[in-house]
Amino acid sequence: MSSQPHVLVIGGGSTGCGIARDLAMRGLDVTLVEQGNLTHGTTGRMHGLLHSGGRYAVADQASAKECMIENRILRDIASHCVEETGGLFVKRPEDSEEYFQKKLEGCKECDIPVEVLSGEEARKEEPYLAKDVEKAIRVPDGAVDPFRLCVANAASAEEHGARIETHAPVVDVLKEGDEVVGVEVEHESGPGKRVHREPGTREEIRADYVVNATGAWAGQIGEMAGLEKEIEVRPGKGVMTIMNTRQVDTVINRCKPKGDADIVVPHETTAILGTTDVEVDDPEDYPEEQWEVDLMIDTLKELVPIIEEARTIRSFWGVRPLYEPPGTGTSDSTDITRDFFLLDHADRDGVENFTSIVGGKFTTYRMMGEDISDHVCDKLGVDAECRTDEVPLPGSDDFSVLRDYMDEFGIRSPIGRRSAQRLGSRTDEVLDVDGPNPTVCECEAVTRAEVQDGIEGSGSDLNAVRLRTRASMGNCQGAFCCHRMASELYDEYDEETAYDAWDELYQERWKGERHAMWGRQLSQAALKYSLHGTTMNRDKDAATTDTVISDFTAFDTGAGASPSDGTAGTAATDGGRRGGD
Amino acid sequence: MAIREDVIVIGGGLAGSMAALEAADGDASVRLITHKKSTLRHASGLIDVLGYLDEEEPVADPFAAISELPDDHPYSIAGEAAIRDGLARFDEAVGDTYLGSHTDSNALLPTFGGAVKPTARYPAAAAAGLASDSRDMLIVGFEELTEYNAGMLADHLDAADVPFDVEGVELNFPGEYAHDSRVTRFAKRLDINEDVDHDGQTMGARQALADAVAPHVGDAERVGFPAFLGDDHTADVRADLERELGVDVFEIPMGPPSFPGMRLADQLKDALDDAGVHISAGNPVINYEADGDEIEAVIVDSKGREVPYHAEEFILATGGLVGKGIDSDRDGTVEEPIFDCHIPHSDDRYDWFDEEAFGNQPFAHFGVRIDEGMRPLDADGEPEFANLRAAGGVVGGTDPVTEKSQSGISLTTAAVAGQRARERAAKREVSQ
Repeated sequence: MSSQPHVLVIGGGSTGCGIARDLAMRGLDVTLVEQGNLTHGTTGRMHGLLHSGGRYAVADQASAKECMIENRILRDIASHCVEETGGLFVKRPEDSEEYFQKKLEGCKECDIPVEVLSGEEARKEEPYLAKDVEKAIRVPDGAVDPFRLCVANAASAEEHGARIETHAPVVDVLKEGDEVVGVEVEHESGPGKRVHREPGTREEIRADYVVNATGAWAGQIGEMAGLEKEIEVRPGKGVMTIMNTRQVDTVINRCKPKGDADIVVPHETTAILGTTDVEVDDPEDYPEEQWEVDLMIDTLKELVPIIEEARTIRSFWGVRPLYEPPGTGTSDSTDITRDFFLLDHADRDGVENFTSIVGGKFTTYRMMGEDISDHVCDKLGVDAECRTDEVPLPGSDDFSVLRDYMDEFGIRSPIGRRSAQRLGSRTDEVLDVDGPNPTVCECEAVTRAEVQDGIEGSGSDLNAVRLRTRASMGNCQGAFCCHRMASELYDEYDEETAYDAWDELYQERWKGERHAMWGRQLSQAALKYSLHGTTMNRDKDAATTDTVISDFTAFDTGAGASPSDGTAGTAATDGGRRGGD
Repeated sequence: MAIREDVIVIGGGLAGSMAALEAADGDASVRLITHKKSTLRHASGLIDVLGYLDEEEPVADPFAAISELPDDHPYSIAGEAAIRDGLARFDEAVGDTYLGSHTDSNALLPTFGGAVKPTARYPAAAAAGLASDSRDMLIVGFEELTEYNAGMLADHLDAADVPFDVEGVELNFPGEYAHDSRVTRFAKRLDINEDVDHDGQTMGARQALADAVAPHVGDAERVGFPAFLGDDHTADVRADLERELGVDVFEIPMGPPSFPGMRLADQLKDALDDAGVHISAGNPVINYEADGDEIEAVIVDSKGREVPYHAEEFILATGGLVGKGIDSDRDGTVEEPIFDCHIPHSDDRYDWFDEEAFGNQPFAHFGVRIDEGMRPLDADGEPEFANLRAAGGVVGGTDPVTEKSQSGISLTTAAVAGQRARERAAKREVSQ
């Protein structure tokens, strides 16, 4: 055991992973537990916007300044997760000129570099922008891959000695008197990487300090710790609708005070429309509603008209972990601050060695991690500096993506380029394999080497492999690759494990795609249904469904099929042995 | 130049091709109008008639099971004789490249997804793979391909209690390739028996493949490969491998690009040519002209020019949702885009699907409803037109995916539509 204090972090989203990395880099002994995959909660369900701060530049300048600072840092330390798309705040004729000017001034006050473009100039850059857009403010918004960023933080934490346990929901917070001394987790498939069908175990993990970074789930952990005062996180759901292609290459924001459906974010091969904000009771169970999807398309077509005719491939919902201090009494959830709060339960509830972090937003995850790490170090009497603002994440150190991967690794150029963009400085290590490296996912250009790397990182959980690699996240939504990904699990994992993982991934893909079921995506879904049903017969698979075949002899055995030889096979000739029965 | 035929078929997939062959069996002049590549390239090439009535057991004898289908099922409307007619027409078109006509019973075949599937007709290339045959089996997979892993597939067949021993082996395809070559590259190499370097020697690709597989055959009496054993010369490829290995060789039908599906498309094309069917390819039918309830012509969009094609009888075989014979929209519309034939559906698009991926999927039932002459019916149950018939995926009313009845419904509806169109066109000629 290390002689360093042991800190247990609950929650494998951006905040938890950021904290784990920070503390591990400061030399502490860290364990992170997460109930699902990394990014299982809110982090994996966001629109991928790297804020410039422009959105908060009028109403919440403190947040806006923080965003811009962190935006600069992430472009540096997480370059393989960030695409510097730039962003536009666009003004339509009916939008207020006064607000446009306020936004411009606000950005300047918050040190956000801006430039005003005429409607014509804006359309030159983004040809699908509506003809009546009058003008725009350019800001340094970007796109970020939250999965990749989380995984990179977790990987860095591991490199610094941390233990990361996914699929390990906390079932109890352990206390001795008024002190929190650890947690009990249930390993859904035993400690380590998730393996389907492996039986679960429970484990008590003791720690000197426990950090609750579970976002919308913070209240549930607080309850387990027996806090008298509830942690009142107010979960607000928002929809995000994914288009099949990038209608825009720049983040497009509507220049209005606030509202639903006011942003389009280019993300990898897609564009993501967002969003709504409706308070919900339970972060795990809330309705995903048709009106939300329709609102995205019907409102955002005012900015980018082609969206109405374009194809969406799925929709997903996320839950913002909004928090406001007791007594604030904001009735409209869209007015709740996006700021974050550090709740030391010693001060708040008289429970020692336990702090929760609530609220906040993805772009400032690192800063939140720094704050809480400072706090924890202070409590534990550790004197160590934060270095997460200057040390690049694994994958982002000293790397040029301009190399020709076709020559180096024998794969087609566009595929090699996409892989290199995802892997960053890990490209050599992952792609340099012996033997064939066929493409497993054509839509997202993911080769076997990347899928194998994902399996190495996350076990038999193909949804986790999907998040790491983007395999099955393109237009076909897994129609042509769910089974291929499952095949990659064998023979490190057995047949039953691989089929379980396949079925789970297939169902997960269906879940989001059903919100896009009309027009061409319904055709695509019908093809998927037909391929996996008619061609593969997986819906009546005698090994995995209720269907059984009790008498094979009742069927055509091939005898008499061909008049020449009396067996099913084409006759062997020229001295070969004939297959008889 | 006015185009006038007795029968015009719209759509060049399995149903359209079979309907045209049926209609052309006589004096009628028949034209097939086809727009895009047939969805047969997505299809396995197996001809399923009826595989399941419920969740329990696969159907052993589809003809015996038909009486259990509901009255509005396309098979119930067309009748057993029509199913047999459709299969007979198909058997005639494909000759000895397909098997299964010797019995009413379904065969069971392994799919590349590892399940066993009941089907009525199967390519000769797949015949030695029957799961209802008890000979031991070796399945070969290739590191270069991703569709299945042979060991996993073999273990999964075993888990379904197939009545034979089955092993799987993953090999490298002999010769040098780019690290991410596609399946078509390997198929081509076998098709033309290209020379490859294998074991320090130069030899034909077929010989090299047999050499690589031979050490693994063991007690197996048949060896399965992905369905990529050649394209134009698939029988030769298989015969060469069987001679070298001394056992039967079969293909496991695959997903797109599906060689069995593409080979079937080629065969149907040849059969249409032999039958004297005119083919107009590459342009879509976008509209029609009618006089009362009689369609006089369909309008083809020929590079922006609208050209009428006149006929006595028309057969709609444009496919279902996959083939784009049925369109849908976010506002709850589900339509047949050429003639706007009635398609029963909910106006709420969230009623179109089930949350379970393999649940009861309402969208799978989308399609026109038909009378006994295969004429699409309007909302009141009356024929939309006197001389329009439907065949294949555009016909709805059941879920052919769960039933495993997709190809059989195509053949059956095509047979009736083709017969009726042919007969009625002839009658009108007499009366004119």
